[in-house]
Amino acid sequence: MNSRERILAAIGQNKPEYQPLPEVATFQSDYPDLVAKFSEILRFIGGTPVLVADYEEAEKYIRQTYSDLPRIVSKVPALQQLATTEWDVIDPHQLETVDLAIIQGVFGVAENSAIWVPEERGGHRVLPFICQHLVMILNASDIVPNMHDAYERLNVGESGFGVFIAGPSKTADIEQSLVIGAHGARSLSVVLLQNS
Amino acid sequence: MMNHSEAAEKFTEDVDRTTWHDKTLWFVREKRDKAVFQIPEWEALREAASRIKHNALSNLDEYLLEFEQNAVKNGVKVHWAADGHEHNEIVLQILKETGATQMVKSKSMLTEECHLNEFLLEKGVDVVDTDLGERVVQLANEPPSHIVMPCIHWKKEEIGELFHEHLGTEKGASDPKYLAEAARQHLREKFMTRRAALTGVNFAVAETGGFVVCTNEGNADMGAHLADVHIASMGIEKIIPKARHLGVFLRLLARSATGQPVTTYSSHFHRPRKGQTMHIIIVDNGRTTQLGRPDFRNSLKCIRCGACMNTCPVYRRSGGHSYHNAVAGPIGSILAPNLDMRKNADLPFASTLCGSCSNVCPVKIDIHDQLYKWRQVLTAEGYVDSAKKQGMKLMASVLSNPKLYRFSGKAGRTMMRFAPFSVSNPLNPWYKQREMPEPPKESFREWYVNREKK
Ligand code: SF4
Repeated sequence: MNSRERILAAIGQNKPEYQPLPEVATFQSDYPDLVAKFSEILRFIGGTPVLVADYEEAEKYIRQTYSDLPRIVSKVPALQQLATTEWDVIDPHQLETVDLAIIQGVFGVAENSAIWVPEERGGHRVLPFICQHLVMILNASDIVPNMHDAYERLNVGESGFGVFIAGPSKTADIEQSLVIGAHGARSLSVVLLQNS
Repeated sequence: MMNHSEAAEKFTEDVDRTTWHDKTLWFVREKRDKAVFQIPEWEALREAASRIKHNALSNLDEYLLEFEQNAVKNGVKVHWAADGHEHNEIVLQILKETGATQMVKSKSMLTEECHLNEFLLEKGVDVVDTDLGERVVQLANEPPSHIVMPCIHWKKEEIGELFHEHLGTEKGASDPKYLAEAARQHLREKFMTRRAALTGVNFAVAETGGFVVCTNEGNADMGAHLADVHIASMGIEKIIPKARHLGVFLRLLARSATGQPVTTYSSHFHRPRKGQTMHIIIVDNGRTTQLGRPDFRNSLKCIRCGACMNTCPVYRRSGGHSYHNAVAGPIGSILAPNLDMRKNADLPFASTLCGSCSNVCPVKIDIHDQLYKWRQVLTAEGYVDSAKKQGMKLMASVLSNPKLYRFSGKAGRTMMRFAPFSVSNPLNPWYKQREMPEPPKESFREWYVNREKK
């Protein structure tokens, strides 16, 4: 017998009597204002929510806020004009010098301000991690209350890779002092579009 | 090897340090409470998680097969390892096939359990741990002392000294921001140059053949998305049946661990990226044996949040290393005797049986009951005489120092409320040592918070 067979046989022998799955495994969250809850949590975890009317205002905000960053990639068609360099490199290592990446999220989750980003939205899987700063664009109407709703909406296996991103990267490993900017993006702005 | 009580005695010699350690962990416990109070359905959520895990364990072989089948369909190579050594050999073999002699690794308690780093080092492979806390203990040649916060026992001045020596930071620097930035730069170079990356697995989904890795730092993703080969190591118990169950577990994990609403990154891996190879190693290493112990099999429900450690009055005052096991604290003390009863007979005695661990556990493991049951098993097997004595010494050193004791009023109260059950209990030597005053049921703060919930 190889290890696979041995492990499976041991489990077959040792596992307890069959226990059914629980009938209730999803719960509702009643947040009166999803955008407000999302924004509150995002601030709490070190991100910056920005409410704008449309892409035009989004562009203005990004130009104003990140004017000092030379290397910008944009994976958002409507904000292509902000890009100063290509995201479409052959080797993802080449993205190391990216200062700012602009990426469109699919939907957000109010209870924890996580945003679902499948690999297609980043072009390269590593883009939202390797960039120094990250801006995510999200339709304000695309916010669900909690993680149960999120998985209801999601077919996780559809993309080879997908990630919920909640806030900028951080660590508290040194004496529990929170430091924003560990290995991933040092900052995260979420630009919420109201008219789309 | 020092047993738990000797190691704990040594740890508590430095009273200020012990108090500091105790407070730091209690601070995390309080953050957890704040996060939990915001979820009205918390108890129902725990119940759901517990039942999903019971279902998973009761059908584990089928789910593993389903997971394997789907993962293979997704283009992932699946390996099975009976023990730590086989796991390590598989990793080495993959590295050889890749032609890689260097690897980056994100947090994986399983690889600590398997002693992967030592093994690879011997074979000439350079492994770099990329979680900041893990890098600290790696540079210091130590194992992690906590499953979520690996260097929780290190002070920032000491980390400054360590980084000065190894990373060339300024002497005397102790600003966490500065030190974290130094680590970022140091590790970026590793991410950019390593062709192989190993990550742990938080959840493996039978239904889809995918797995989820949760981090705050982004190190798992930096490693995996830049490397030619990604190896993911998982214990057999990481399986959950359906993708939608992730909703339950992701709501519980970070809140229980650090009080965050969710980790910064919850990464869902299903297929390798173009040109990459992806491997999953499914590891037993004693888990099937534990599954066969009716009294202890529930320990396999653990999602490694660390909440039971943060709340444990003994862990907080004796430090993770005193447990001489990859996983420390209350849950480690249930898992360890399964691996080696003789070596770990002392660990189930490293507890006051106060029950705080069971109360915070997001998957409702009856931790303190299992600790009590292990004492009985170990007694019956003849391992206990010395362990029991050590247990008494432990309680004396860890809990009798008035300066230490005064701090954690809440833990003391919790413990005393359980006292009636424990007083006449010969397996709980703590109560032989002292007479306990009648405790107030709640501190004012707790009363105030609970009042709002009622
Ligand atoms: S036993 Fe429970 S509380 Fe302890 S680490 Fe595991 S899941 Fe968390």
